[in-house]
Amino acid sequence: MALAETEHGTETHAEHGHHDHAPFIAHHFDGPEQQFDSGKLGIWVFLVTEILFFSGLFVAYTLWRSHHPEIFEQAHVFLDKVLGGINTVVLLFSSLTMAWGVRSAMLGNNRNVALMVLITMVCAAVFLGIKAIEYSHKWDLGIKVAAQWQYTASHAAATFPVAKALGVSDWLIRLSIVPTITLIGFAVTAVILQLVKQPLWSKFFAGMVVMNLGYFLGVVGGQLYMKATEGGTGGHAVAVPHLQPASLIRELGTVQDEPAPAAGSQEPAPADDHAATDHPANTPAADGVDHDHPAGSETAGGHADEHAGDHAAHADPHLPDPAKLSRDVGIFFSIYYCMTGLHAFHILGGIAFLSWIYFRSLRGDWRPDYFGPVDYVGLYWHLVDLIWIYLFPLLYLID
Amino acid sequence: MSGHDHHGFAHVASPKLLLTTFFVLIALTLLTVLTAGTPLVGPFGAVIAMGIATVKAALVALFFMHMYGDKPFNVIAFLSSFLFASLFIGLTLLDSSHYQNEIDAFPRTPPVVTPK
Repeated sequence: MALAETEHGTETHAEHGHHDHAPFIAHHFDGPEQQFDSGKLGIWVFLVTEILFFSGLFVAYTLWRSHHPEIFEQAHVFLDKVLGGINTVVLLFSSLTMAWGVRSAMLGNNRNVALMVLITMVCAAVFLGIKAIEYSHKWDLGIKVAAQWQYTASHAAATFPVAKALGVSDWLIRLSIVPTITLIGFAVTAVILQLVKQPLWSKFFAGMVVMNLGYFLGVVGGQLYMKATEGGTGGHAVAVPHLQPASLIRELGTVQDEPAPAAGSQEPAPADDHAATDHPANTPAADGVDHDHPAGSETAGGHADEHAGDHAAHADPHLPDPAKLSRDVGIFFSIYYCMTGLHAFHILGGIAFLSWIYFRSLRGDWRPDYFGPVDYVGLYWHLVDLIWIYLFPLLYLID
Repeated sequence: MSGHDHHGFAHVASPKLLLTTFFVLIALTLLTVLTAGTPLVGPFGAVIAMGIATVKAALVALFFMHMYGDKPFNVIAFLSSFLFASLFIGLTLLDSSHYQNEIDAFPRTPPVVTPK
């Protein structure tokens, strides 16, 4: 749907024998409306393939939930309803600004389209920032896909100097490498383009800087939330006691119930005797030291109040006892990471498409008879929101 | 260009419509978060949460994606995807218990917890 035919001179005009082509109309279309309708059908068909694409993951989800509801009940306590809810609101708001941008494009108000699309991109980046907080927190706890399940109810210690300095996890630093590089790249490019008198492109890259800062806004906001709730719970779902059925936590058992909180982590969990009372994981280790995390080298127990503010290794007394979880609880997270990961890639793709719309808005391409690309990207963006509308209750609100 | 005959195909949504849709969506999000896991929804929690999600999806599709003013063919094409997705899920579910005995009998190695 590019600005295909700018060379649409009198020859074309004479050949086709109809009225003058506007510069944005590809020569095989009769006029703006036919071009718009064709593009619109095209994007709807694309959205159909997207839904069918995601439906495979919904099949996996439905099968596992219908046959093994217990792993969903055990796993959902690791998801934070507040962070998931904030992300839902962020996406809904981005949908509002996107729809408003389409409205502005229809009215030919390019300045407003640029502003609305920029806000939409910032929201997308905030969403990814909060997602990075959620993912890194889980990976710290060893909550990974089923094949790499390493959950021991204790947090990994930060080893990167920068992670130690900032009091965040190694995983958050790893996830933030690319956004940091792009932020610097966008900023440098914007400055250089300003110096070589390319104001349009410079403005575009300045917008990309603002978009990119959205990621760090999400990270900082999410991190502050984690710190605020860490004293009690480490920031996972149990952080919201009034939303969290306490009975479920009791039912699962927490490490707090055990004599030595950190002791259970080094024992491989046998698959079939979870209920056994003499499970090795339930007995205190002889010396009470957390062998998994020599970097922290804290004795088990008595350190729960000391760790606030740093990111040393520690067992979290509020987390479910790994020995009492189903052997298949990792399957939930395989599904969780596939669904939210694929969705996050769609957010990334959305940012790429939106940046193209942003550039063309700065250039002033839209007019009342030519706004198709804004509309098409808008429809795609709303679909990404629509899928999240289903993912949020399916993954976060299991009770 | 003549132009005058081509201005009719834009369905401009009013700010009032967009804002109302947004605030209803936020209200429904709050509703679904606050009712999840409470006695209010009881054993039908999942069904109610899915019902609220479907209402939200319908609002997004109707007003943000302005499906209410779109060509019927586009609407049918889009909605058909939900039909096929539900066939996909439904038929797979119908067949999923057939080999359960063999699955249960299959010996599985216990998960090995390795140090991080």
